Amino acid sequence: MDPQSQDLVIARPEGLYCPPGDFYIDPWQPVGHALVTHAHGDHLRPGHGHYLTAEAGRHVVATRVGPVDLQTLPYGEVITHRGVRVSFHPAGHVLGSAQIRLEHAGRTWVVSGDYKTGPDATCAPFEPVRCDVFVTESTFGLPVFRWAPQQEVFDGIDAWWAANAAAGRASIVYAYSFGKAQRVLAGIDASIGPIVVHGAVATMDEAYRQSGVALPATRNVLEATPEELRRCLVVAPPSAQGSTWTRRFGDYSDAFASGWMLLRGARRRRNVDRGFILSDHADWPGLLEAITASGAPRVIVTHGYVEPLVRFLAEQGLESGAFKTEYGDDEDAKPPEEAAAAETS
Amino acid sequence: MKEFAALFAALDATTSTKKKTDALLAYFQRAQPADAAWALYFLAGGKPRQTVPTGLLRTAAREAAGIPEWLFDESYDVVGDLAETIAHVLPPARATVDLPLHVWIEQRLLALRGRAPEEVSAALKGYWAELDTPGRFLLTKLIGGSFRVGVARNLVLRALSEASGVDAKLLAQRVMGYTDKTHSPDAARYALLIDPTIVDTPAESGQPYPFFLAHPLQSPVESLGARADWQVEWKWDGIRAQFIRRGAQSWLWSRGEDLLNGRFPELDAMHARLPDTCVLDGEVVVWRDARVQPFAELQKRIGRKTVTRKILAEQPVAFLAYDLLELEGVDLREQPQWQRRERLERVVEEAGEGPLQISPLVEAPDWPALAVLREQSRARGVEGFMLKQREGRYGAGRTKDVGTWWKWKIDPYSVDAVLVYAQGGHGRRANLYTDYTFAVWDGDGDARKLVPFAKAYSGLTDDEMRQVDQRIRQTTIEKFGPVRSVTPTLVVELGFEGIQASPRHKSGIAVRFPRMLRLRWDKPVDEADTLQVLRDFIAESAALRRAG
Repeated sequence: MDPQSQDLVIARPEGLYCPPGDFYIDPWQPVGHALVTHAHGDHLRPGHGHYLTAEAGRHVVATRVGPVDLQTLPYGEVITHRGVRVSFHPAGHVLGSAQIRLEHAGRTWVVSGDYKTGPDATCAPFEPVRCDVFVTESTFGLPVFRWAPQQEVFDGIDAWWAANAAAGRASIVYAYSFGKAQRVLAGIDASIGPIVVHGAVATMDEAYRQSGVALPATRNVLEATPEELRRCLVVAPPSAQGSTWTRRFGDYSDAFASGWMLLRGARRRRNVDRGFILSDHADWPGLLEAITASGAPRVIVTHGYVEPLVRFLAEQGLESGAFKTEYGDDEDAKPPEEAAAAETS
Repeated sequence: MKEFAALFAALDATTSTKKKTDALLAYFQRAQPADAAWALYFLAGGKPRQTVPTGLLRTAAREAAGIPEWLFDESYDVVGDLAETIAHVLPPARATVDLPLHVWIEQRLLALRGRAPEEVSAALKGYWAELDTPGRFLLTKLIGGSFRVGVARNLVLRALSEASGVDAKLLAQRVMGYTDKTHSPDAARYALLIDPTIVDTPAESGQPYPFFLAHPLQSPVESLGARADWQVEWKWDGIRAQFIRRGAQSWLWSRGEDLLNGRFPELDAMHARLPDTCVLDGEVVVWRDARVQPFAELQKRIGRKTVTRKILAEQPVAFLAYDLLELEGVDLREQPQWQRRERLERVVEEAGEGPLQISPLVEAPDWPALAVLREQSRARGVEGFMLKQREGRYGAGRTKDVGTWWKWKIDPYSVDAVLVYAQGGHGRRANLYTDYTFAVWDGDGDARKLVPFAKAYSGLTDDEMRQVDQRIRQTTIEKFGPVRSVTPTLVVELGFEGIQASPRHKSGIAVRFPRMLRLRWDKPVDEADTLQVLRDFIAESAALRRAG
């Protein structure tokens, strides 16, 4: 018998598929049953018959995908579907993000979706789950990617904001509206000044607050007085850069918060005053740490710098391979120049 | 070191002139003279020779990071810059130590040169372990000899002028030759540079004056007003240089502020025929059969360590003088162009026959007549005209406040070529495919194939570059390290200044200054130009030269 036919997860044209369970994980084509790791657009797509996601992600999923047949499961709780034991475990990526653990006939697989191993005040921390096969992302799967402690990054943002406020100009941080924006809001020192958020960010903030995540008070741009506009912190999605929306802040300084800001070329092409290196994906040490903690002798890589990680793991004596997926297609997960090209095409 | 690394990061991070000047000013106000001396040296374009070979840098970094070679190379491909790759791939610093910049350079960096590889490797690993990421990046750039900073010299001088109280123009004069490789910067030299109490006499040293640079003429030539207000010369394609004689000594400086003494013995001999003190501005060209030869001929002499008799006979050079900046100890730069010209003509005439020649004035009564003459540029081996305001003074750098020089160049050659290979860029363009190889068709029927003949990386806007990058990613056939081969789908109009037969190139052709003029998304690959079109250009220019 072909050993691969024993696999609990295989790649199909519609998405990652669990044959004994007859369901998909983060499918990119419409299917009957979709298990969703988290609510970013490349993992959560419209059009499926039934959705199952982590309870913590209920509000953000509902906000992103609208009214659908949505079932949720608290982290760690198990349901059995056609003999497959399914449970969700925190992935530390964004609110509600989960690794999906599948157990069937004595085999255990974990599909990580996207994850980070570092801390984040807006979601439950990554929880290592032992398994036989670990399906991992590799967005930043090269040894040049190594994140500084997040407090250093927030201190940098605070200092930049305070200096701008003292000079009488606004500080605009571009951050992905779901996840990164809330992490920034929760991490900065809100006593420095008023905070303005873009509409796209406000919508997601609302879902976070409904879910019980504490975020500082913010206002929309029309509620801020001219005096406040000159010393506020503004959190806006990257698409707002260069738009008419930013003009109302007059003389402002801008920054971009993303793991890609580690690269000088990407930083300069973004054409912002500052690049803050803040990512919701694991860095190289984080990826290796998570893989080791899973204890899995076999690892399958889904997206990002796939080949280098596969080869590196093989050289470490693991059985490694890749799934061809359509993940990594959102603004946060790909290098800025590819995201920019995608926006225009 | 930390302060200079921070300055470098600040200059690198912004495109705002004001922010750059502010950062420079703050640095010069705080820095110790011994450090500022080196900082100024690097900011003004000085480069110590590479102290450690690139291969050794890579190996040491890879060992310190504990990763295999292929993984280092993959990382380098993504980052696009060796020093940056190294800075990020190393494990976090143990404890950072902040030694002054001059100590880093003089006692550590320069001391690496010529030492045994294993000693260098051990030293490097120790240095890296002491520095944070910006510090490592800067140090590695300096060691690798690839330090470059995106700041105009004028900006550096403006900031230094503000910090020191020395007039910026005077500073520009004093800084000439500061980055020359023959002596290194130190606190004493720096102190002299920024001392506002010193009264400058016409330099006793062999320093050149800041070169006055021309602007490309974009508007119709008639917009310049009366023809009679302008002095017109041919625009030579050689090495811009100043020849300086002061008493017993003479110097030949390139515009890049390299001292060229010894490279062109026939020009060094001009010394004896010139007035005791004088400074000439002009162009070094290969001059044979009573005419200027293509730049490719001059290239045969550049970079040649020993000048053989054969080379002297086959590629003899001339100095085509077109300005006189100093005579008998008097700075003439404040005199109008026409007066300087008159005196220059006398100096050259008195020097007699030899490699020193005057760049002749072009006599044509009006603009239309000049436009007709300009058509002969290619046949004459020149790039078009230089138009110099007769009443203008000699400025410093690319200024227009005391007079203007325009370059009125001929249109470039152009062909429609096909993009066949692409490579990632560096610096701002890292991570984007921005360096391209182009091919034209050769042969007929089934034997018809694309022959690569030129590389180009300039001429596109950022948006166009992103579009081309996207196309390359979609049409990649194979990757060889940082290079991708692509299915030929994109035609680009390529421009270039000169063309020559070249047995060293596979296509048999070498072009000068190739760049992209226009993306031809509309044009089918089959309709791109052929190698024959390029060969015809060569035949044409040879015929023109014979006729000329």
